Amino acid sequence: MTMTEVRGLPSTAAIGRARVTIELKQFFRDRNSALWNFAFPVILLVIFGSVFGGQDIAPGITFAQYFVAGMIASGVLYTSFQNLAIAIPLEREDGTLKRLQGTPMPKAAYFIGKIGTVVVVYVAQVTILTAVGIVFYGVSMPSTATQWFTFVWASVLGLVSCTLLGIAFSVVPRTGRGASAIVSPIVLVLQFTSGVFFVFDQLPHWMQVFSSLFPLKWLAQAMRSVFLPESAAAMGASGTWELGMCALVLAIWCVIGLVLALVYFRWTPRGSD
Amino acid sequence: MSEPAVAVSDVRKRYGDLWALDGITFDIAHGECFALLGPNGAGKTTVTEILEGYRGRDAGDASVLGVDPAHADRGWKAQLGIVLQSDRDLGDLSVEEAVRHFASYYRDPRDVDEVIEAVGLSPKRTARNERLSGGQRRRLDVALGIIGRPRLLFLDEPTTGFDPEARRDFWTLIDRLKAEGTTILLTTHYLEEAEHLADRVAVVSRGRVVACDTPSRLGGRQRGHSVVSWVVDGVPASEVTDTPTHLVAELSQRFGGEVPGLTVSRPRLEDIYLQLVGDDAGPAATGDAQ
Repeated sequence: MTMTEVRGLPSTAAIGRARVTIELKQFFRDRNSALWNFAFPVILLVIFGSVFGGQDIAPGITFAQYFVAGMIASGVLYTSFQNLAIAIPLEREDGTLKRLQGTPMPKAAYFIGKIGTVVVVYVAQVTILTAVGIVFYGVSMPSTATQWFTFVWASVLGLVSCTLLGIAFSVVPRTGRGASAIVSPIVLVLQFTSGVFFVFDQLPHWMQVFSSLFPLKWLAQAMRSVFLPESAAAMGASGTWELGMCALVLAIWCVIGLVLALVYFRWTPRGSD
Repeated sequence: MSEPAVAVSDVRKRYGDLWALDGITFDIAHGECFALLGPNGAGKTTVTEILEGYRGRDAGDASVLGVDPAHADRGWKAQLGIVLQSDRDLGDLSVEEAVRHFASYYRDPRDVDEVIEAVGLSPKRTARNERLSGGQRRRLDVALGIIGRPRLLFLDEPTTGFDPEARRDFWTLIDRLKAEGTTILLTTHYLEEAEHLADRVAVVSRGRVVACDTPSRLGGRQRGHSVVSWVVDGVPASEVTDTPTHLVAELSQRFGGEVPGLTVSRPRLEDIYLQLVGDDAGPAATGDAQ
């Protein structure tokens, strides 16, 4: 792409801000979908919390406390990967992307709009989820600055990698309608194998190895370091939270996501050029 | 401004074994309204989307505002307005929100309120787009197409599904854009629309331009045989002639002034069009390569 005559056009940042605003409006006005986004993790927390919440998985650690960490990690996957991999095929189908492609809106501004929306929705989801956890299941908030710092970097790395992967994966569903049937099972399998619904250390070894290839396992592990006491780290095979490894794997997935998104993302349905 | 706004020379496009465009050639001058007319599947949308930068081509040269559309950039796109066929997006936004948002992409957009007024959507400005009728939806598409003050406007079958009154209103809007000097490429299957709006018409059939001229001269229309009819002793009579004025003068003499029931008809654009596209106009020619 040549960059002639872009002088005077609004900057990518300015258009990106406009995209965030408009995308958020569209997200929250699609009431059913927005409501489901926030209700779904809470429903899971209520179900799992009611059944197992009072049981201790280790001395002084309730299942609810363990589960909230995993659900926050899952929230990253829901708001970024799952939402985008389902929403973008619909936008490709209903003409949104084709219309945008015919305007001087830079591609980067479109992605900024998506990332901005994902961040806002994630923050709202985490807030609701932890509030329910604190009020009904005695979940306690992270207490140290180090834990909060881990929460921030894990969220950022998780959101960036899963957003990019969601953008890249949006080319896989052939139709907008079929997208959720392909995307949801992937998310569900990763949740089961990454120790969101069950205690990770009690999963079969092969399952642990499988999930170690994907971001959610590491994201959930980092979130457990935020919400569980240091003593809980001893449950793992290595006896630590392996935060360096968590950051490394998530960073690698950011790079993989970026490459896949740049190579595979397309504005138009396959076979239309 | 000697170079045309749009220049298309021997452009070809193949889908599998089918040549959707089989060497298409035309020019559009600055400020001209140019209509592509043809049956479904003739290649109108394909050539339009090549010029808009959406599709590649397999052969031939194309230049749009001096740029090869295969090498589109933001500065070039900022000078275009594109009204595509049948979009269903933006349903959760209001008319005003959508138009205002798209205005933020351009350096010198038109006034949002004026554009909404111009397309006749002022009473619907706060309505959710998903509640607009088909015709109102198309007018929103046009509003988004012109908000950036384009030098060249693409209109792909803009009035499909309009009632006659809405179509008249739409023509008035396009006439105003023409008066402001906007170059327009229009595709349509309404002959009346092409005749009303276009300075020149190209008839496309099977991926080629089979005729290109002003609506009144298309296919030798101005030279075509005229039919002169009149009534003599209560019985209709008519004669086909190349020299209708001469015949009318003769009749006038014969009747000593007024000729009872006189009509002179030239071939209609529709007659010429059907002659030009031949078999391709039939119902078999469906399945537009969109």
